[in-house]
Amino acid sequence: MDEVKVIEIKKSVFESNEKDADNLRKELKDKGIFLLNLMSSPGSGKTTTLIRTINLLKDKLRIAVMEADIDSDVDAIKIKDATGIQSIQLHTGGMCHLDAEMTRQGLDALELEGVDLAILENVGNLICPAEFDTGNSKNAMILSVPEGEDKPLKYPLMFSICDVVLINKMDVMPYFDFNLEKCTEYVHMRNPKAKVIPICAKTGEGVDKFAQWLLDEIENWK
Amino acid sequence: MHELGIVFYIIRDVKEVARENNVDKVKTVVMDIGEVSTIIPDYLTDCWRWAADKEDLLRGCELKINTTPAMTYCEDCGNEYSTAQHGKKCPHCGSDRTYLLRGNEVEIKEIIV
Repeated sequence: MDEVKVIEIKKSVFESNEKDADNLRKELKDKGIFLLNLMSSPGSGKTTTLIRTINLLKDKLRIAVMEADIDSDVDAIKIKDATGIQSIQLHTGGMCHLDAEMTRQGLDALELEGVDLAILENVGNLICPAEFDTGNSKNAMILSVPEGEDKPLKYPLMFSICDVVLINKMDVMPYFDFNLEKCTEYVHMRNPKAKVIPICAKTGEGVDKFAQWLLDEIENWK
Repeated sequence: MHELGIVFYIIRDVKEVARENNVDKVKTVVMDIGEVSTIIPDYLTDCWRWAADKEDLLRGCELKINTTPAMTYCEDCGNEYSTAQHGKKCPHCGSDRTYLLRGNEVEIKEIIV
């Protein structure tokens, strides 16, 4: 008979990623690079919001962008064409999120000399990206009006880890039953410290407030 | 897709433990998974079968899942209650000043070799 032996492990599966993430955060801090992790569901306007934000900030900060998707490079090209800044595409090979190791690989592919702000546009998904720390300095997420105000109730982890929540597509509010006050209340139920900023990436309304939030956060982080 | 990512992490950790202990075949991996961890056990075992069979160390290895109950603590009345039944609002006093004590863990408990 084969000998059977039990080896006790008692270790969270997220532990090794959390260690990687903390190391990466430290390295970035030493290099003076602020890493923003931007999350949302697909189609909520991450790329359009980024283009507006980058165009407001590119004279003040040196910015680089990593676009993560399962496939295609449309987002990276869109960012480059619309802002002229450095932008690369990361493919996750079917995975629904980025972890610290993948983020590190992305950063290694960028020209980081002089960069103050690196932005990671995570895979469009409200579940998995919230569970995997990317080593970022701050987390931002976008909830768009057509998705509905109840999302903080349905995806609690995502909203509890975000430092700022942008409510996008404010221009279509008259066509949807979306209660901004209620939505803000739900966000704060998950995370009392999260800042809520209503924006419209298409018209640019409110994006200046997000840009200012980023500038303030970078200043405080330094 | 979410479960597949978790499976890759489990494999990475188990391989490391196996290497440290000079193990060349793992029979069973036992997981403790919280009730509110958002992991669906069936999906996890399906992904596990697909990915584990690609590894010599883990071919045929069973993934056993223990579900651990989720409990929430109320800061206002000091009671503990079942998160899955009552959610964020305390059933004893109605307060929502509550926090999760346990039940969102995804832990590798042990391996049987």
